[in-house]
Amino acid sequence: MRTMEMREARAMVKAMRSDAGRAPEGLADAVLSEVGLVDSWTEVEGPIGPLYVAWGRDGVSAVERAGDPAGFEADYELRTGRSIRRVPEMSPKLLGQVRARLRGERTDGPPVDLASLTEFEQAVLRKTMEIPYGEVRPYSWVAREIGRPRAVRAVGSALGGNPIVFVIPCHRVVRADGRIGEYGAGGPDAKREVLACEGIDTRELERMAERGVRYVGSDTTSIYCYPSCHHARRISATHEVRFRDAAEARSAGYRPCKSCRPLEGTPFAA
Amino acid sequence: MCADCPDRLASDLDAGFPLLVAHYQDLVYGIARRSSRRREDAEDLAQDAFVRAYRALGGYEAARIRGLRVGGWLAAMTLNLARNRARRREVPSSGLEVVVEPLDTASGPAALVEEREADTIWQRRLEALPTRFRRAVELRHVSGLSYPELAEALGRPLGTVKSDVHRGVRLLRQMVEQEQAAAEREVES
Repeated sequence: MRTMEMREARAMVKAMRSDAGRAPEGLADAVLSEVGLVDSWTEVEGPIGPLYVAWGRDGVSAVERAGDPAGFEADYELRTGRSIRRVPEMSPKLLGQVRARLRGERTDGPPVDLASLTEFEQAVLRKTMEIPYGEVRPYSWVAREIGRPRAVRAVGSALGGNPIVFVIPCHRVVRADGRIGEYGAGGPDAKREVLACEGIDTRELERMAERGVRYVGSDTTSIYCYPSCHHARRISATHEVRFRDAAEARSAGYRPCKSCRPLEGTPFAA
Repeated sequence: MCADCPDRLASDLDAGFPLLVAHYQDLVYGIARRSSRRREDAEDLAQDAFVRAYRALGGYEAARIRGLRVGGWLAAMTLNLARNRARRREVPSSGLEVVVEPLDTASGPAALVEEREADTIWQRRLEALPTRFRRAVELRHVSGLSYPELAEALGRPLGTVKSDVHRGVRLLRQMVEQEQAAAEREVES
């Protein structure tokens, strides 16, 4: 009877294990990703083509223009020290937040994970996230805003190393002299293209800068702004006043806009 | 099973946990699969069980983790989750649907069909057992838990789970004998 039991049991084990006993391939990864021991990435449509978007326990941790999946994973693991794997899709909630941010909707964007960066880099990138959709600010503006007014070059480097492009809109930071400036995610042309998607005519901004116009004001409110500020863009042509620097605006009796907070100092610092 | 699992988990949870998942995923998934009607539900359940295990371990003292019988502990966690879900949905927690797997190219189609028929027959026989015996037999002989692990998983004394397994297997054997006797009668007549 004992041997009968064993034989039966063995037959049953063989039969049952062939179906219900083997965990599906993605289970371990799904578990480790859920508890934050493995990060995930997937492809998401961006403003100027597909993006690779990576995320982990603490939020979105990398965004790059699609093209080199192996390189993306290798860079990621090197930078963060965490392993990453491709998944078919992100959770609907996170995807909704990412899309809202890319479209410039005035809702909460996704949480971002900047833990692999220095404090300074984090400050630069968090400040950059405050620049509204469809507007641009100079590098020197970011430097002043984070309390490091002389660190303009370092701001440029920090933005150049932005690991979460588009979601952190480093494309909205341009040179104070009106030139478009560098762009890590595809060079100046890509930068123009993204800004055009947001409704910014970069050529026009550059032409204004060439003519020496840095700020525009309204003669009804006596407030001056960056030309791309949403308040500036509501000024009608008959009331628009143009200034070459802050001193000129000040002496004409204008005060800086509280929304775009134009720089007080020399406008020609990059 | 995974002899150094508790030690590794106790010294570094994040480093040890991937090993635990790799080692016990078949066990946890198998239990989940047998208590879910749909494959997706089983995956979901298994994932949930591991996530809860991770969170629980995060709150345990190292000594408690070292003393853990991991297989039985995970099995208990999976069974509890399955029970809660079944209760929530008010559907019986048993019953496998027969799923057509993608063809395994290593074995021929004929062998595969035969194997699958065998699966179905065994599933039917198991389902005919009272839940108590079915669960004990499945955990012992399909999931491969040891008797101490089984006792932990079911929260019953060792002697009880042993006798449940034996009674379950005896009932299965009676079923097989009755089937055979019926088949012979059919041939004779």
